[in-house]
Order: sequence, then structure tokens, then C-alpha cells
Amino acid sequence: MNLTPSASQTVGPFFNFALTTNSALGILAGEGAQGERLRLVFRLVDGEGVPTPADSMIELWQADAQGRYGHVLDSQSCNADANFCGFGRLETDLDGTCIFETVKPGSCGGLQAPHINVAVFARGLLKQLYTRVYFDGEALNAGDPVLARIPEDRRTTLMARPTPGQGNTWSIEIRLQGEAETVFFDL
Amino acid sequence: MKVYPRMKPGSQPEYLSPDYKSTIVRAPLRPLIALPHTLSELTGPVYGHNPIGPTDNDLTLHFAEPPQGERIIVAGRILDEDGKGVPNAMVELWQANAAGRYQHKRDNHPAPLDPNFLGAGRMITDDAGNYRFVTIKPGAYPWRNHHNAWRPAHIHFSLFGTAFVSRLVTQMYFPNDPLLALDPVLHSVGDKDAQERLVSQFDLSMTEPEWALGYRFDIVLRGRKATPFEEHGK
Repeated sequence: MNLTPSASQTVGPFFNFALTTNSALGILAGEGAQGERLRLVFRLVDGEGVPTPADSMIELWQADAQGRYGHVLDSQSCNADANFCGFGRLETDLDGTCIFETVKPGSCGGLQAPHINVAVFARGLLKQLYTRVYFDGEALNAGDPVLARIPEDRRTTLMARPTPGQGNTWSIEIRLQGEAETVFFDL
Repeated sequence: MKVYPRMKPGSQPEYLSPDYKSTIVRAPLRPLIALPHTLSELTGPVYGHNPIGPTDNDLTLHFAEPPQGERIIVAGRILDEDGKGVPNAMVELWQANAAGRYQHKRDNHPAPLDPNFLGAGRMITDDAGNYRFVTIKPGAYPWRNHHNAWRPAHIHFSLFGTAFVSRLVTQMYFPNDPLLALDPVLHSVGDKDAQERLVSQFDLSMTEPEWALGYRFDIVLRGRKATPFEEHGK
């Protein structure tokens, strides 16, 4: 049999009473998680530079501090950190912002630099947008095969940057459209 | 090696679908960058953060009194591209109440809220990929997309497949709804067959006498295929 995957449809504006009632999904790194803990701040803005007000949702999928995914396809999954959950999900607030508590992922799959996989859902998005978060200043970025596919002047849109004076906090803006539009991926 | 085939043109909506006005300032305008699937895309969350309660798949049992409206059964199978059921898949759904209003503080449609209906449910598919919900039929509602715009009755579904690339959020519609022909969200999908697959089917065999009509809705998730397709973007 050869079936065609069902079509995506927008998550719409009114999903939070079903999908984002559990704020614990913003905390990927539990007590005792290995690695460098950090706060990752997202801000989502539309093509007019306006934050998406509480009608969008960000999901994360990332490897643990040793670069292991908690999934059967990863040959290292049985060793993955039990105090770390690679999945996160939060709605954005009225300022288009949401904040995850996680650890910096390790390098995975050989050449890839530390990165966090991101799916964006929103009113006005008929299917999720896929992007990635990298860490500005990370030495391994220079050899990352995904970054190498992206024109150099657009790579900066994927770089989280440290926020001065707020502990180990990193911030990134996801611009859906317009000047400095974030790089999104066709998977 | 098994790969996830790329999506067929027309089977998925375009990001920019101007008849759906909100896409105009939210759709990316730069071309997407095609990636080969690495471990990051081929793995995905095993969703288990919220324990499933015994009545989470019966939306009519969440309060002391039953909700207003027409009780229905919505059931089907979660399949992969080979037609095999996807076991242990998390199915989340949400919807408006019978009057067409969501239990959401920003929904200001002047229709009554129902104190006995939240409109959210979830369950895990069985070994053959089957799921089954009991709920009430949602109402149509106006949505200001254009003059006299009304969304057809629909139920939102959210699913995790086996990988980050198989994640799917979609909507289920009801057969013979005159609003289907007018809906920019449904018509954002170019292929007519793909549109029709989002419309559930009335099913007498699922209908329970003296109790509730049954609607069948199967969902196909991206699945790995043994035959590699040509990889584009290289």
C-alpha cells in the first residue's frame, strides 16, 4: 500500500487549553541533568515586526549534553541522560516570548555542531515551520554541514546569543517573514 | 536505507495562501532550505509527559453534567504511508462547543460557553493504531477572515509519529457541510483528494443505537519507506 500523508492544517488561535496546559513542558533539564544549564528565550515576530500574541507555540527537540537523543534510532539512546527530556513545548505570551530551561546539547551525528531542533505552530501557519537554534561563538559551528548549506549572511538568523547580566541566558528571535527572515527548513 | 519520502506537491498546504489572510504576514517568503534527514530529524519525542486519564478520550465525562449538543463518536486509525497502523501514538484533539465557541479567553464569539464542556481530549493508539473519542459535534463559527466568513465545523488533531519530521497538526471536517466549499483553510490544500481525506465519513457500523452517530477519520503520518526517493536539494 502507498498512502499519502494527511494534509496539515493550522493549529489556529485557540489551542492552549488543550496543548499547552502543562508548563512543565518548558523545563527540559530536570534536577541533576548533566551538562551546562541554560535558559533559552524565544521571541516570535511576524512580517510586520509584530510579536505573535499568545497564538503561537514552539516545540523543541534536542540531544542531551552528550549529544544523545532519547529515541530508539540513536544507538546511544540507552545511555541518554535520564534527568533530561529532549522535548519541550510552550505557547508564546502576549509579547511573542517563551522561555525554556534546558542544557546545551552535545555534538551529535559526528560533524553536527550543538543545535536544538525547533517546530513553530501558529494561527496563520498552515503547517509547522522547522528551524534550528545554534550557539553563537561555538567553535564547532565552522564545520557544521547544515550551516554550510545556508548562505553566510543568513546563518546569523539561527544563532542564539548570550543575554548579558542574566546568568546563562541565551536569546533568539524567530522572524517569520521580512528583513532578517529566519532560515526555515524543508524536511 | 529507509528514508522519509518528501511530500507530494499539492498534498500539503502552501505557507502563503492569501485567501487565508493571516498567512500574508506570517508565511516565510524566502525559499526553504532542503536538508537531508540526519539523526536530528529521524528521531523524535516519545510523548509521555502528561499521564493519560481513563476518561481523557470521552469529552462528555469531564464534568458532573453532560455537555449540550449532539453526542458523537469519532474513531479511526493512525496509519503510516505503507498502510500499517501506528501503535502507541499520542492523539490529542480539541474543538469548539456545540454552539461554536472555544473555552478560550480570547474567543469573543457571542455564543454561549458550556460549563460542562472543555473540548480537549487525548489518548494513545492501540497495537493496531486505532483510536476512539466520544465528544459532541462542534458548531460552525464566524472568524472575520473576510465578509461573512464562517469556519465549517471541525475538530483539531495533533499527532506525534515516530520522528521529528512526522509531526502533524491537522483538522477533521464533517461530511455534507455546505461551508466546506467556502473554507480558505481547507482550500489551502491544492489537491482535491487531499482535501477530501480531511473530511470524516459517517459510519453506521460505528454508530451506537439509542446513543450516538459515528464518524470515521483515518490519519496518515509520514513513514519510512524502503525505496529511497531521489533526494532533492543537493
